[in-house]
Amino acid sequence: MSPRTLFEKVWDAHVVRPETAETPAVLYIDLHLVHEVTSPQAFSVLREQRLPVRRSDRTVATMDHSTPTLPRRADGTLPWADAQAEAQVSKLARNCQEFGVELHALGSSTQGIVHVVGPELGLTQPGMTVVCGDSHTATHGAFGALAFGIGTSEVGHVLATQCLLQRKPKTLAVRVEGALGPGVTAKDLVLAIIAKLGVGGGTGHVIEYLGPAIRALSMEARMTLCNMSIEAGARAGMVAPDEVTFAWLKGRPRAPRGEAWEKAVAAWRQLPSDEGARYDREVAIDASAIAPMITWGTNPGMAIPVTGTVPAPAEADAADRATLESALRYMGLTPGKPILGQPIDVVFIGSCTNSRIEDLRAAAAVMKGRKVKVRSLVVPGSVEVKKQAEAEGLDRVFREAGAEWREAGCSMCIAMNGDRIERGQYCVSTSNRNFEGRQGAGGRTLLASPATAAAAAVAGAVADPRQMGAA
Amino acid sequence: MEPLRTIESRTVVLPSANIDTDQIIPARFLKVTDKQGLGKALFADWRYDGEGKPRPDFVLNRPEAAGAKVLVAGDNFGCGSSREHAPWALVDAGFRAVISTKIADIFRNNALKNGLVPVVVDAATHARLLAEPGAAVRIDVEAQTLRLPEGAEARFPLDAFSRYCLLNGVDELGFLLSQRPAIDAFESRR
Repeated sequence: MSPRTLFEKVWDAHVVRPETAETPAVLYIDLHLVHEVTSPQAFSVLREQRLPVRRSDRTVATMDHSTPTLPRRADGTLPWADAQAEAQVSKLARNCQEFGVELHALGSSTQGIVHVVGPELGLTQPGMTVVCGDSHTATHGAFGALAFGIGTSEVGHVLATQCLLQRKPKTLAVRVEGALGPGVTAKDLVLAIIAKLGVGGGTGHVIEYLGPAIRALSMEARMTLCNMSIEAGARAGMVAPDEVTFAWLKGRPRAPRGEAWEKAVAAWRQLPSDEGARYDREVAIDASAIAPMITWGTNPGMAIPVTGTVPAPAEADAADRATLESALRYMGLTPGKPILGQPIDVVFIGSCTNSRIEDLRAAAAVMKGRKVKVRSLVVPGSVEVKKQAEAEGLDRVFREAGAEWREAGCSMCIAMNGDRIERGQYCVSTSNRNFEGRQGAGGRTLLASPATAAAAAVAGAVADPRQMGAA
Repeated sequence: MEPLRTIESRTVVLPSANIDTDQIIPARFLKVTDKQGLGKALFADWRYDGEGKPRPDFVLNRPEAAGAKVLVAGDNFGCGSSREHAPWALVDAGFRAVISTKIADIFRNNALKNGLVPVVVDAATHARLLAEPGAAVRIDVEAQTLRLPEGAEARFPLDAFSRYCLLNGVDELGFLLSQRPAIDAFESRR
């Protein structure tokens, strides 16, 4: 057999029926993750057609987007954003009960953001196909899984058949040479990659991240990296599994045990791309040239080093000029001005991109012994992350700095649960999208790493985390 | 899904590049549990001001946009989230096709499942359409052609299976369900 990439190995192992000129491939799905926003209409289709969930043992649900991150009130009720949010969440509970789907419900010790909970439980494993009605499903590619977001119709397809109709995507190798400098994280790396590829640059492709800088990343960092593959337009991002992956997975509740573990690891060792495997496209990036990054515009590709200046449309190509002008107008920023020192109103540390324990440690390291100057929300990705952070005393660091320590959920990344910024406000956010109004209508988002966000909270303005001891 | 063979309409032009799904339908409208009536939330933050009043200068609020079935958008339309609410909102507002130079993968997949045709054209055709809002166009799904006002035609790519589903109003789920024996066999040999 000719040398194959990681993607091709996972794809080949899941083809139920190969693609032809007339029909796409029928691809088998190992793990289907479900949340409240993109599933209700899919369950309705099953109900209308009297179909069961084919593999409830491969289907796992949690509640995250519309859930409150403030604790229960004195009377025991939850502070829902509105009746619709509450109705959507209870609809998921009813659907899971009716169709026999495992649910990590609000209030349970395993609830959290779907892309934090899946890996944490050991559900996500190398070589799997993983889907969810959520574009950030790409996160799970950090384990060497082929993981991608699907729409609600496809959620219904997977619920009913455990399969999807798919045309085989192209492959794109992103080779990251060198090493990231102190205070520079996977978030900065992925923002630099998206800036290079452009927000549509990965369309039609699955990215594989390769090279020494990728091998040096922790699992949390790999998840941050793969998570934002979709922001370059790629369906999925993957990192080949290695000892770091196996060590992180071992002993997790749903990971194989004993002999099954040894067998699984032996199979996972076969997954990395073969020597000489070919990709449809390749790009290279030098990690050592990357500084802490921040976005200035209205898509994740509009990123610059924190030490950089806001771009001037006059210097752009005619085709890009209108886009730049419109982004600058929305953001209210001055072309040619350094972004450092730009006053801000809110800091959000959380989301499926950056709400894991390492992210919280990085933010706490900057906030420790300092005070925040603006409203700052720290929202752990899961109940488990929250528990771990509290065991390490990170919650105290945040609270003593004046930040709010919240319950797990998507929160201010998507502003569906009542956590939002106001019209015109600037928010340095560790989330994944700086689209217009993403964090609240009229709000302005600057994407950055947890360390950069924490530094901004302390300074009340865009700041360089390296000046505040970020390692 | 209704069979869809041809679409004849005047175009509505939104020239911005990288129109993301948060613009097509902001997240606060995703708290529904059905798909009806989402057209009123289409481009909500561009269509309405902070007080919810329609912005008269926004293209979809102009009288000439009424009844339009074809949206011409800037490069890279539909990037961002997997929300199928985006095509649901477009279809509910009467659109049957979106024309751009590039259409994001998940949006494209979702559009095809809802009778919304993703039409990817070359830069020159696109530039002409951007420059001519309200142009009368005809999209032929079977021939995969887009006809411009003076009769010039551009071909657009469409997967054979997607084309079959659009032309015949076939739901993909039915096809997948017919694959059950192959799925059973796959599961038993793993």
